[in-house]
Amino acid sequence: MRILVFILAMMFLPSLAAAQETGGVPSPSITKGKGEQCVADTDYMRRYHMKELSHQRDETMHEGVRTKQFSLKECIACHATTDDSGQPVPINAPGEFCASCHEYTAVKVDCFQCHATKPEQKKQAQASALFPMTALAEPEVSQ
Amino acid sequence: MNGSGFDFNRRRFLGAAAAAAGVTLAPGVTLYGVGQAQARGLDEPASGEVRWGMLIDINQCTTDCTECVSACATENGLTGHGRPATDAQWIRKVSVRDPKNGVEKSLPVMCQHCAEPPCVDVCPTGASFRRADGIVLVDKHICIGCRYCMMACPYKARSFVHEDLTDQKPHAPRGKGTVESCTFCVHRVDAGGKPACVEACGATGHGAMTFGDLNDPDSEISRRVAQYATGQIRADLGVDPGVRYQNL
Amino acid sequence: MASKIAFRTIEGRSFGYLLLLAVLGALLVLGLGSAWFMEHNGHHVTGMNNQIVWGMPHVFAVFLVVAASGALNVASIASVFGKTAYKPLSRLSGLLALTLLTGGLGVLVLDLGHPDRLIVAMTTYNFKSIFAWNIYLYNGFMVIVGVYLWFQMERRMQRYASAIGWVAFIWRLILTTGTGSIFGFLVAREAYDAAVMAPLFIAMSFSFGLAIFLLVMMASCAWTGRPLGDKLLARMGKLLAVFIAAVLYFTAAQHLTNLYAAEHAGIERFILVDGGIITALFWWGQVILGGLVPLALLFLPMTAGTRGGTILASLLVTLGGLAQVYVIIIGGQAFPLVLFPGMEVASGFGDGAVAQYSASWYEIGLGIGGVAFALLAVALAVRVLPFLPATLADSAVDPHHTKPEPKGAVPAGA
Repeated sequence: MRILVFILAMMFLPSLAAAQETGGVPSPSITKGKGEQCVADTDYMRRYHMKELSHQRDETMHEGVRTKQFSLKECIACHATTDDSGQPVPINAPGEFCASCHEYTAVKVDCFQCHATKPEQKKQAQASALFPMTALAEPEVSQ
Repeated sequence: MNGSGFDFNRRRFLGAAAAAAGVTLAPGVTLYGVGQAQARGLDEPASGEVRWGMLIDINQCTTDCTECVSACATENGLTGHGRPATDAQWIRKVSVRDPKNGVEKSLPVMCQHCAEPPCVDVCPTGASFRRADGIVLVDKHICIGCRYCMMACPYKARSFVHEDLTDQKPHAPRGKGTVESCTFCVHRVDAGGKPACVEACGATGHGAMTFGDLNDPDSEISRRVAQYATGQIRADLGVDPGVRYQNL
Repeated sequence: MASKIAFRTIEGRSFGYLLLLAVLGALLVLGLGSAWFMEHNGHHVTGMNNQIVWGMPHVFAVFLVVAASGALNVASIASVFGKTAYKPLSRLSGLLALTLLTGGLGVLVLDLGHPDRLIVAMTTYNFKSIFAWNIYLYNGFMVIVGVYLWFQMERRMQRYASAIGWVAFIWRLILTTGTGSIFGFLVAREAYDAAVMAPLFIAMSFSFGLAIFLLVMMASCAWTGRPLGDKLLARMGKLLAVFIAAVLYFTAAQHLTNLYAAEHAGIERFILVDGGIITALFWWGQVILGGLVPLALLFLPMTAGTRGGTILASLLVTLGGLAQVYVIIIGGQAFPLVLFPGMEVASGFGDGAVAQYSASWYEIGLGIGGVAFALLAVALAVRVLPFLPATLADSAVDPHHTKPEPKGAVPAGA
């Protein structure tokens, strides 16, 4: 029975993913990050990103270590895309960086119940840049 | 504030901020957050030699001012759903009236970051924990949402997330089915800054809130704790809160 | 004596049996549906909030867990206290203990903010937490009672049944201490934070557990045509009366101690005098209908030892028990935490004000689902394995049947 389901699935998948077909095997189309290369070798990241993220998660949460290399925030900042109007698209939206692979492999991502799916909004970054660090005592400063 | 210390910290902090480069410069790494706090390196774990604390001078806190509350909501993305009973509340203004003389005061109450936190004691999975530098946090990765910590907290400082959330702040992850509370704006503190509420209070000119290292005898908070009579809410419970109140 | 008792599975083909399964199954599905709805939408659809963080699911869960350990007492009376008349009831007692506990824990787990993280709760422990200890106590209870049942049913192992019976009895006392201590260890809540919570919960477990056991036993006998001796029933009724009195005693001790301390005057006033529904549930639900009335039913010559009197008393104890757990859990949270003793406080977050709670249907549905699971599991198990004795007639169970029964023969296990 299971084999039958598998065969059926294999028959339909290629037609669904025909656009991305390479050499007869469908593969997800992965959005490229912003920089030249990732924080580690691509093969390593594909295989071990979850281990690094989960290791970093414990260190950041419990010890306050905030190194950038395997920070989820940094992943999202680099891999997120923007839509036509320049608004960031959630990283877990269909076809986006996280979703494209995870949907393909049918592995549920548990990060985004809590974690932001978009990089920090620009306007807030600008808002904070408006206040120079010496502006602490200025009464007109408000959030 | 110690002038030379400030300069030193600013330099260190700018180094860290430069490393954070470009769009990743989040409010968590805001420039105006530099106080007397000493910034750690990014790879340096929180130190047990530090005990973060807060001193709130109630005489400087006015009844109608809720700047600290709104600053907290903005900073941590606490958007309400119009349901006061279930909406998150990390910091609240409590009015306290002495029935004997009618004197009324108003003060902010948030997670008191106890040295002996009852929430940490009762948490079955260890999701509630106290960081080495005294900040009490919830590790939402292992929180199962049992709410025993909320039963145990003497200060009613914790909220349960009662619905699905979207558009969280990148520096303040929070989600349905887990318990949360004031983090002392740990993302700011780790970057050498101070909590959003303290900053907002300063911006109003009230300056009722002081944040700093209770273990550092030269910090402003320690000097004020040494100089004035200060107290803790429910000090009788012996949980040794890190938030102290002046003129309580 | 024990080896002579014949145990038989029930036939389980009657319309009534199938109807029972259908009704209980429907209630179970209702409970699961409620849980799914709560989890899908988040807890804002329930009556629970940031003031009343534990609600109706916890009332049902705590009640079932407490009753579970009490249901095992019948077996303990036989194996630990050597009352052979209770021997035929041992298997049903162990079975009911297992199913009630599973039902209660099921409700508790399905109410969690993250039931999907049950694996975390089972693998990541903070050993300072009484909750974490309880996870071990509950799992241990399941294993020990499972082994106990196996030893009783397996002829070769029967000689060890008494030893494991001892282990189970001690374990269940520790378990209920643990459940009571969930509340007893809450230093900040005025309604809890008392050592009496542990013994109070033990007394409650004796009473609720026996009441539910009596109801299940009488229903099983009546619906399967098994004889049930009047003397056995009268004896168990008297035992229930003793347990009810014990609960009333510990309740009185709890409140009198609190009343003596001026510090606790506020919470006592709230529970006993002006707490509205909580006060009504305390006096009418817990004390009068759940305590004094069943006591009267079990002692008055007119109703004592009768089937009707025993059924009514057991039902009242069960409902009064739910009321008592409600008063403890909801009442204890509704009364505001005292942050500033002696001061009048107010805030936008319910400081200084009594919190309001009205349970949603989803919470009640989930709780009933837990009860339904426990009963359904019993109904199915007695069909599959020989849990029920062929007869409970006095002549079959009581070695002293021909002799006159000594007056007021209450087993030493009380």
